[in-house]
Amino acid sequence: MRANAQASYAAAFAPPLLDPDGDVPAVVTGPNGKSAMKRYNVYRNNVTVSLIEALAAIYPAVQRLTGPDFFRAMARFHIRETPPTSPLLFDYGRDFPGFIARYEHAQALPWLADVARIERAWLDAYHAADAAPLAAIEFAAIAPDRLASLVLTVHPATRVVRSSFAAVTIFAANRTGESADHIDASTPQDALITRPELDVVVRQLPPGGAVFVTCLMSGCMLAEAAAAALEDSRDFELATNIAGLIEAGAFTSLRPGDQKK
Amino acid sequence: MDAEIRPRTSAAIPLRFSLAIGGVAGTSFKPEHLAAILDEGPQRGFFEVHAENYMGAGGPPHRMLERLRRDHPLSVHGVCMSIGGPGPLDRAHLARFRGLIARYQPALVSEHLAWSTHETSFFNDLLPLPYTKATLDRVCDHIDEVQEAIRCPLLLENPSTYVTFRNSTMSETDFIRAVAERTGCGLLLDVNNVFVSATNHGFSALQYLSDFPLARVGEIHLAGHAEQSDDEGDLLLLDSHDGPVADAVWKLFEIVIARRGPVPTLVEWDSNIPDWPVLKTEAAAAQAILDRRCAMEDRHAG
Repeated sequence: MRANAQASYAAAFAPPLLDPDGDVPAVVTGPNGKSAMKRYNVYRNNVTVSLIEALAAIYPAVQRLTGPDFFRAMARFHIRETPPTSPLLFDYGRDFPGFIARYEHAQALPWLADVARIERAWLDAYHAADAAPLAAIEFAAIAPDRLASLVLTVHPATRVVRSSFAAVTIFAANRTGESADHIDASTPQDALITRPELDVVVRQLPPGGAVFVTCLMSGCMLAEAAAAALEDSRDFELATNIAGLIEAGAFTSLRPGDQKK
Repeated sequence: MDAEIRPRTSAAIPLRFSLAIGGVAGTSFKPEHLAAILDEGPQRGFFEVHAENYMGAGGPPHRMLERLRRDHPLSVHGVCMSIGGPGPLDRAHLARFRGLIARYQPALVSEHLAWSTHETSFFNDLLPLPYTKATLDRVCDHIDEVQEAIRCPLLLENPSTYVTFRNSTMSETDFIRAVAERTGCGLLLDVNNVFVSATNHGFSALQYLSDFPLARVGEIHLAGHAEQSDDEGDLLLLDSHDGPVADAVWKLFEIVIARRGPVPTLVEWDSNIPDWPVLKTEAAAAQAILDRRCAMEDRHAG
């Protein structure tokens, strides 16, 4: 009884916040019998605008590619369909790249969803736990006959985003202002996102690199990951990939795979 | 995601009353001001952060906060606990809040008399509640739970509102006084919120302040507001935190300080954020009012 009476104010107040056609809740009023319409709309506006701004802060390159008006309209649809479920706004927008991929007005920009995936990974890397990256010398100290069974622990910030488009170049050109005179958007690119210290870095992975890192992230031994990468691309080069990943700070430690942790 | 912050001490955290920072003026901390703040070296004052912005696992936000905390007292201001909501508190969120407080040992800890989550949706705004016996019980339960978790007193902030509930049976000041008496929590008096709500609901801000339990106030907030109009064309103020503190709010602040004595006072500025010197000047204006009152107390004591 008491719980029902209490629940009613939030249950009545909340639904029209994200429903522009919803009536102003009958439980509220202005003072001395004044209308509550514009007053309730202050809350509606606060909710929608603050969430659009949260998405704009997470996806600045997407907003630059679409322009602010297009972005705000697209974000508003997404917010109404998928409001946040966590009070941590830096965690919001995980479903936004998928929404962009389905959004009919964004079909002319087929790479937009992948650029959004890179931006989401960028923010996850930014907030990820701190850890010292693996030093090259630790890897160099491994005896050659132990390399095949090596298992690498991936740094908490490390992310991989695969794209059928030139998403890394488009991301860089619209996020960091790196010059790009002409981008051939149809070149597939895979992104490696790392944060060895404080700065998030987005790099393009070499052929087979995405499969290689993804296998290592799932706990595969080095030889297994290399075999999978070669299967993905005949151009995969093991030494280049390992050197590049260590330099990027993608790992924190290593151990022989025949030993349980 | 990886948002869990573990307190550095895993054993039970002892109940802790931090050193009082007294009649000091502070500002909201904005990362874009960090370089300018550090350039100046340690200064009198304190900084307030929104707790939720520092609930990630690691990375630059924590480095900034550690750096700031090294030389300055900190105030942790929660925005999303939904203390005024009908549902149970989010245990994971409460654990994160506790972890943040254990890690940074702030001088002040505060939250809002409002709600922001209903069922599974988080609305990212401070939403109003009716003032009834039932909501009073619920808010007190929630504050008990928070204070038990963080092991230090919570300051509860009075809201700015645009509507009222038809079923409210208590005034806001009676409600807040009852919460403070029953839970032992302190209060954060947002003077701008008083002015905004008084204008929006047509009551006297001075009367509200007379009814407010000033002895319980452990922190004051000042901020700018924006103007709009309601359906009848009358002035409707928005608690926008996007500009300087209004003259009328400064006047009310002086009245509060004259009655209450000096307490830590924060100038909030959360959007259209100015360069650091502008925000610092606003805090200096608050500090001047606090210092005048301190000097008066000293004269009387002497």
